[in-house]
Amino acid sequence: MTPALIDDTTLYAVLAPFAAAVVAPFATRWLKHNAAWPLALVPALIFLHFTGFIGPVSHGETFVAAKAWAPSYGVNFSIYIDGLSTLFALLISGIGTFIILYAGGYLKGHPQQGRFFSFLFMFMGAMLGLVLGNNLISLFIFWELTSITSFLLIGFDSLRAASRRAALQALVVTGGGGLALLAGFILIISATGEIEMSVLLASPDIIKDTGLYLPIFILVLGGAFTKSAQFPFHFWLPNAMEAPTPVSAYLHSATMVKAGVYLLMRMHPLLGDTTLWTTVLPLFGGVTLIIGTLLAVRQTDLKLMLAYTTVASLGLLVMLTGTSHEKALEGAVLYLLAHSLFKGALFMVAGTIDHEAGTRDITKLGGLRSAMPITFAAACLAALSMAGLPPFIGFVAKEVLYYGTWGWLELGIPVTITAVVGNALMLVIAAAVAIKPFMGPKVETPKHAHEGPVLLFAGPVFLSVTGLGLALIAHTTGELFVGPTLSSLMGVQTEVDLHLWPTAINAPLILSLITIGLGIVCFTQIDRLRAVVGSVLTSIGWGPDKGFDQAVAGIVAGSGRFTRFAQNGKMQTYMVLTFIFTGIAVLLPGFLTGGLPAMPSLPDYRFYEWGILFIAAIGLFAVLVADTRLTAIVSLGIQGFAVALIFMMFGAPDLSFTQFMVETLSVVILALVMTRLNLLPSDHRPKGAAIFTGIIAGAVGLGLTLTLLAITQAPFDTRLSDFFAQYSRTIAHGRNIVNVIIVDFRGFDTLGEIAVVVLAGLCVLALIRVRTRPDKPIETPPTKPAKPIAEEAH
Amino acid sequence: MESGVVILIGLFFSVAVYLMLSKQLVRMLLGIAILGNAVNMLIFTNGRLTREVPPLIPEELYTPAIQTANPLPQALVLTAIVISFSFFAFLLVLAFRAYQELGTDGVNTMRVAEPEDDQTPPQGY
Repeated sequence: MTPALIDDTTLYAVLAPFAAAVVAPFATRWLKHNAAWPLALVPALIFLHFTGFIGPVSHGETFVAAKAWAPSYGVNFSIYIDGLSTLFALLISGIGTFIILYAGGYLKGHPQQGRFFSFLFMFMGAMLGLVLGNNLISLFIFWELTSITSFLLIGFDSLRAASRRAALQALVVTGGGGLALLAGFILIISATGEIEMSVLLASPDIIKDTGLYLPIFILVLGGAFTKSAQFPFHFWLPNAMEAPTPVSAYLHSATMVKAGVYLLMRMHPLLGDTTLWTTVLPLFGGVTLIIGTLLAVRQTDLKLMLAYTTVASLGLLVMLTGTSHEKALEGAVLYLLAHSLFKGALFMVAGTIDHEAGTRDITKLGGLRSAMPITFAAACLAALSMAGLPPFIGFVAKEVLYYGTWGWLELGIPVTITAVVGNALMLVIAAAVAIKPFMGPKVETPKHAHEGPVLLFAGPVFLSVTGLGLALIAHTTGELFVGPTLSSLMGVQTEVDLHLWPTAINAPLILSLITIGLGIVCFTQIDRLRAVVGSVLTSIGWGPDKGFDQAVAGIVAGSGRFTRFAQNGKMQTYMVLTFIFTGIAVLLPGFLTGGLPAMPSLPDYRFYEWGILFIAAIGLFAVLVADTRLTAIVSLGIQGFAVALIFMMFGAPDLSFTQFMVETLSVVILALVMTRLNLLPSDHRPKGAAIFTGIIAGAVGLGLTLTLLAITQAPFDTRLSDFFAQYSRTIAHGRNIVNVIIVDFRGFDTLGEIAVVVLAGLCVLALIRVRTRPDKPIETPPTKPAKPIAEEAH
Repeated sequence: MESGVVILIGLFFSVAVYLMLSKQLVRMLLGIAILGNAVNMLIFTNGRLTREVPPLIPEELYTPAIQTANPLPQALVLTAIVISFSFFAFLLVLAFRAYQELGTDGVNTMRVAEPEDDQTPPQGY
């Protein structure tokens, strides 16, 4: 079914958050934290706009809209609306509404609150542009914008070094992946000739048929795995918890980190269902799931526990997407939806506890249920969904995904076991987060804890209740959200029949029971588990996070070393490096491309012509070996006059005269200056240095000789010279063609030349006239007095 | 026709580079002078060599009667000679003044712009 073209309203909906980002600081200055209420209307209206697509999309319709951006490169700002992008757009705008409200309460009174809103809105716009993006290039630009806004938000508290480090780390990891993704997109564009996602999706085998499947697969995975924090790129996500909690809830659990999963799901019809896909993705996803949950168990900080389970959940999603099995994909979609709701809610709960009680260390919290009843209720609802218990959407998701993995023939058993272990550990964390701070005896907290304002509990309550509601109307949820999204993943219209309660005692139900049992056992042993994981990690003693620091330190130290080597302040090093690379540049291409000249035949010069060439060579040699000033100057004169004679021999009397004049002047000036300087004219190079520099000099000379030989052996294009010969007399009325070129055809060139001569003369004059007074020495490095000349010469 | 001059040009370049790799400013200047000649001859030879016939048009004609030397590289080189001379003169005076002020002509000891104990910028986050 070809996508229908719709009007530009939806394009403006994508851009609306950017407008809000401009307005937000002013609104905040005026209304203080209550600016959150009117500002939240923006995502709410966007949400309403996208609800209009739910009906048509569930019937299999798709839509596109586009505005030309850089049409000469085929780059448009274009969007593509199908089940997958509608689901994401609804999540981004819906959760975004509550995040804006929550940020209003959380950063109440913060001097930079307006800026914070601004960044959040920019991110929202970027994320919408990403998930709706149809044009690959505009999709990439929004992808990078999410990385940049994430950087700004993680580093929001820019006075703390930990924030700055986390922000930089996130930017380097996701930005690096973004570059891989760009390369992948460019490969796709150049291999298929198509730039719009909707066109690519219309012919699913288009990439697999190009023969570039493998590089495209690797590059796209590079983008997706870094963004979605898959092992071994997972380390930036827990560090990103340095950001204020609204950011953690929004970017680093509900939306941005799912961009990688979104990309994999979006590209599934194009790249999926190959042996490579169904091997690599479950492997990385599974490892990420297990590592994420184990690391989560170890933490005692509420936010960090949640962050690691986010890593784990992303692993689960990648693993399920990697199966390419219809039921498992359905489970992935459901789990994606469930995770955004419960994790967003739990993060906000963690933030509220931190905000009201003054700590989020789980060992220092307890008995908050009477002080914060509403937050406690929201936490319970969300945690039950996370634990995968009925009657919540998390339970439905788990049932479906077990059904899928159990029924997957290829690698079903290991994937199912991984999922069971991961989910059991996730239940442990859910229980720890919801029970530990609220139940038990009341613990004294740094702040006197009480219920947060409505701005703070609106989000968690609404999201967790939605998680319950969507499960209660499971059939409609399946029809409206899961079915259309699954259709996008499968590339064909797919029906989904969801129900909350299992209809029979089957494998998924039994797996669910095992999960719950295993989870409860682990929860009772959580302290022992924490100790075991902790001791294992200590014995390893190294992780990618540490590796990142080492890499950064290595790069800084390495570039410092290289700079000190290449720019050591010694002129000679610069010269040597310059000429080594000049030599390579003139020699290498000839050898590589086979452009070497033929062996030249002996030219038929007359004896005096040989004589002049010989004199020039003698002059050069004499300059090299001269050991008194006068010899050096005279030798320089010899080669100069020989050059003048060569010009004369080959029909250039004007050049010859000029060369004679200039060479005479040079020798005179040189003699004047050199006699004033008390310098050793001879060259005291050690033998090793002489051989080394001799080789460099020889290589440069040889390279230029070979190049020039090759050029002169090629045919000559005489058009320009013929032009001047033709018109010199007829239109410029001069018989000396060289002079006519200089004063007429290229008159402005000569004007420039005269300007250079004048300027050089002025500079010389200035240099001679400007003198520092002897009583006021110029600033030389005080530690290093100039060495005596005689010593320097050796 | 060109090959002999071409090999001489290569020799010019080698000698120029060898001199420019010296530690002494004066020898570097000698190298620069030779380099100027080498480049001028390179341009000249690129336009191909013709023996002894300057690019002149006889009084009674409007175009040259016979094959003359290529006028274009000559015009270019004429400009280049003058510019390389002014450049050379400037460098010479600059070197002379630098020697007067710094008391050395060793290129490695002239370190006003990049002192030896230069501090590196701060590292880390």
